Amino acid sequence: MSNLTVDIPRPPLNGFTLPLMAVFAGCFGFVVGNVFAQPLIGFLIGAVVGAGVALLAHNLPRSRRNVRLGLIAIFGLIGLILVGPGAMVAGLLIGAVLSWAAYWLDSGAYRSRVPIYYTAGQTLWHNSFLFICGLVFFFLIAPLLPVMWLSFNAQNFFTFTPEMLNFQAEGYSLKHYRDFLGTEEWMVPLKNSLIIAPFATFISVSLGTLAAIGLSQSHVPGRQAIMAILISPMIVPLIISATGMFFFYAPLGNWLEATLGLNRSFVGYLKVILAHAALGVPFVIITVTATLVGFDKSLTRASANMGADPVTTFFRVQMPLILPGVISGGLFAFITSFDEVVVVLFVGSAQQQTLPWQMFTGLREQISPTILAAATILVTVSICLLTTVELLRRRSERLRGLSPG
Amino acid sequence: MSNVTDATTGAGEPMPGDNGTRTAKTENGPVMAADGRPLKQTLRRTLRREKMRALLLIAPLLIFVVVTFIVPILSMLFRSVENDIVQNTMPETVQALRAWDEQGTEPPGDEVFVPLYFDLFKASEAKEHTKLGSRLNYEQPGLSSMFRGTGRDLDDMGEEFQDVFEEIDPAFETAAFWHELLSGAGGEALLKERRDLYEALTGEEMRGDVGFTPSTEMAEMLPWTTKAYTDFAIWTAIEEEDVVAEEEPWEAVYAALGQDLRSPDTVAAIEAYSGPWSTTLKAAAENRDQLPQDSFREMFVASDKDWGSLEAWRTISLYSPPVTAGYFLNSVDLTKTVDGIAARPETQQIYLTLFQRTLIMSLIITGSCILLGYPVAWLLANLPLRTANVLMILVLLPFWTSLLVRTSAWKVLLQQQGIINEILVWLGFVDDANRLILMNNATGTVIAMTHILLPFMILPLYSVMKTVPPSYLRAAKSLGATNWTAFWRVYFPQSVPGIGAGSILVFILSIGYYITPEIVGGTSGVFISNRIAYHISSSLNWGLAAALGSILLIVVLALYWCYDRIVGIDNVKLGG
Repeated sequence: MSNLTVDIPRPPLNGFTLPLMAVFAGCFGFVVGNVFAQPLIGFLIGAVVGAGVALLAHNLPRSRRNVRLGLIAIFGLIGLILVGPGAMVAGLLIGAVLSWAAYWLDSGAYRSRVPIYYTAGQTLWHNSFLFICGLVFFFLIAPLLPVMWLSFNAQNFFTFTPEMLNFQAEGYSLKHYRDFLGTEEWMVPLKNSLIIAPFATFISVSLGTLAAIGLSQSHVPGRQAIMAILISPMIVPLIISATGMFFFYAPLGNWLEATLGLNRSFVGYLKVILAHAALGVPFVIITVTATLVGFDKSLTRASANMGADPVTTFFRVQMPLILPGVISGGLFAFITSFDEVVVVLFVGSAQQQTLPWQMFTGLREQISPTILAAATILVTVSICLLTTVELLRRRSERLRGLSPG
Repeated sequence: MSNVTDATTGAGEPMPGDNGTRTAKTENGPVMAADGRPLKQTLRRTLRREKMRALLLIAPLLIFVVVTFIVPILSMLFRSVENDIVQNTMPETVQALRAWDEQGTEPPGDEVFVPLYFDLFKASEAKEHTKLGSRLNYEQPGLSSMFRGTGRDLDDMGEEFQDVFEEIDPAFETAAFWHELLSGAGGEALLKERRDLYEALTGEEMRGDVGFTPSTEMAEMLPWTTKAYTDFAIWTAIEEEDVVAEEEPWEAVYAALGQDLRSPDTVAAIEAYSGPWSTTLKAAAENRDQLPQDSFREMFVASDKDWGSLEAWRTISLYSPPVTAGYFLNSVDLTKTVDGIAARPETQQIYLTLFQRTLIMSLIITGSCILLGYPVAWLLANLPLRTANVLMILVLLPFWTSLLVRTSAWKVLLQQQGIINEILVWLGFVDDANRLILMNNATGTVIAMTHILLPFMILPLYSVMKTVPPSYLRAAKSLGATNWTAFWRVYFPQSVPGIGAGSILVFILSIGYYITPEIVGGTSGVFISNRIAYHISSSLNWGLAAALGSILLIVVLALYWCYDRIVGIDNVKLGG
């Protein structure tokens, strides 16, 4: 990855770009041909088309933009004429990929990221490696996309309808979103989730921050053991936590109801909130202690020196500096509770049904694609949370002078 | 929060003339602090105060976690060996059973069946006998219906005695007869003992006035009757809140009198008895040959022939102690027999297979996470920070997305009418009739869980790789190493801690996964955790669930310990 600009020689057309493009486009042709049960003919047509694209790219290196746009349009048109609107999108994609590949190979850009002394084999490996990484990223993100797409399905199916694939308006609707927002079945769980998660977060953040400050002091007896206990809710598998809590909270709840005469539904919420707060604690501890590692202790001394008592010091000096860590710990705790099924399934009663619980039952019994609408909304929420955490992390690094490049 | 402030300002007022003495003392005594105390002492005190302050800050959370998390886990461990239900439900039977030789070839006789009758009668009044039946049914199928069925016949058995007694003397029908006959002095100890047994049986407090105290004289003369009537009195007064003296007793009390009359000593004692209702008692004793002559064992066997089977009694006897290893043995496909521990019948062996499958699939998932995560982590660690941060979002987005969203995504993709199959069919690679079965088997679980756990591999790998200086690789290459040698001999060894950390994290998480296998795993792709959930919510065999959970917990704790040794708990990082 040298910064020196070295002129990369253009590779020969006949010995490199043309055959490679022919094989590459041939593979596309094979797949497309297979749809019409003629893979070999498809391969041949593809190879010829690929060679043509290579020739174009080689002879018109300067008008790259126009050639690419033209090729994309042609491929799209072919798809539209041969099959329909759905295939047009596929055609556009194939056109984009092929024309890009042709220019990428022809201009020698495939070597731009490797040192000049790399052999052909090393260059090939480097590019294959990037391709593999791309596939893994695709594997990470791609599964989420069909969910979002399908949530606009006009039918009650978990699969694409022909109308959807042909981008016809009647194939799409906001029906599942209306179902989600308009029925008790989904709104009550959502409300429950929004009651339980903030309370659980509040408990774990307030207690967790105090404890993290305590843990970051220089002399803490039994630090390892305390840390192990506090982190354990994250390490112990949820099913075990849930089992343990089931045995413990059921009699506890009965006792609270019978002896203290507390309201049944209040006790139900209390049990789930306490259980979720315990699960959120490790996240708060980890993020806040991590922030405190970089905390400059002389600041508290300076503030004490100027006459501030420990409480003022905490709120005016320490808190603003560790706030990013506290907030991101809180977000982790929130998402842990908001996303948690197993414990609430075991500890809660039907009254405390949360959103993930409802999704879980829905998935097990396969009732309706309203789940997909719920999922899309949750993905949006998680994107917002992720952005917040990321911004906070950067802010914290800036505050501590660890700004990234 | 700071050592300096504490040492100087926190230690009290400085004394006048302090300066002079200090210089004087430092020459031949210990070093003094500003307040005139030895410096060592002051420092120690400051340290102690600092420790206290740190502990005070930690204490609320520590108590919270211990109460809401550690105690529940301990209660689960306790559940996995707890077995006091047999002892609590039939205390006297269990005691009588101790004398029985479980190695022998004969089921026990009336010395066990008589207490069994009274224990069960009491339990069936409290509706506890079916619980015992279900408990023993886990160990030997069929015992549940035996207990349930006989529970219904207990009244009839007693009525056979009752009818005869009432024919002999109508006084037996009156509540007053029983109450006056058995009331007396000195029976407080017996009353308390029966009360305690009830508390153990129902798990509730049995406080309050019973309105009846058994007489010691009667307890000696008619032991079974007095006990049965005392039980009846406690139950009537406290649970049903009726007046004991006005209620006709249980059928069991008549049966108890019948049992007492079978003993020649009792008959002799009644002959000599001259207290209240002596004529009625004597009439009953004289006509005792009209009473049913069947032994209690015969009555039980008539109700359900399994009571006469040696096997059933061996099971009851084996599971009568209050603590049992039975659940643990059960979770590793073993069972307790009179000859020691033995393997379960082939058809009932599922847990070892399940444990093995859980381990193997977790290993496969961990392996595929390493395979997919390593290149990506390497790329992220070696790209310029800005590009890496953008790509990192692609890793973090699935990490932040709800588990159920990701699981539902895989359901949409993998099912037979799902997207992957649709595309393959449309492209003509897969025949419409032979769609790939990607879900409801191990494949589905492995694919979905690899996707779900991949960020947990990438993040620790990335943070370790970030610390490996890129110049090492360049140095190796400039010393003549090929790309492969440079990677394998120089870079890879330095990234091993990352692999270790990521693997253990992924392995621990996957070994206890429940939701994803439940939805995409079908029957052949489920883990031990699904079985635990099944025992908690469907089969209600909680002891077994607790034992399976405990075994899993031990495995996880061992791995956790390794994790601590390799990376240290403090080094867990979240979100890059």
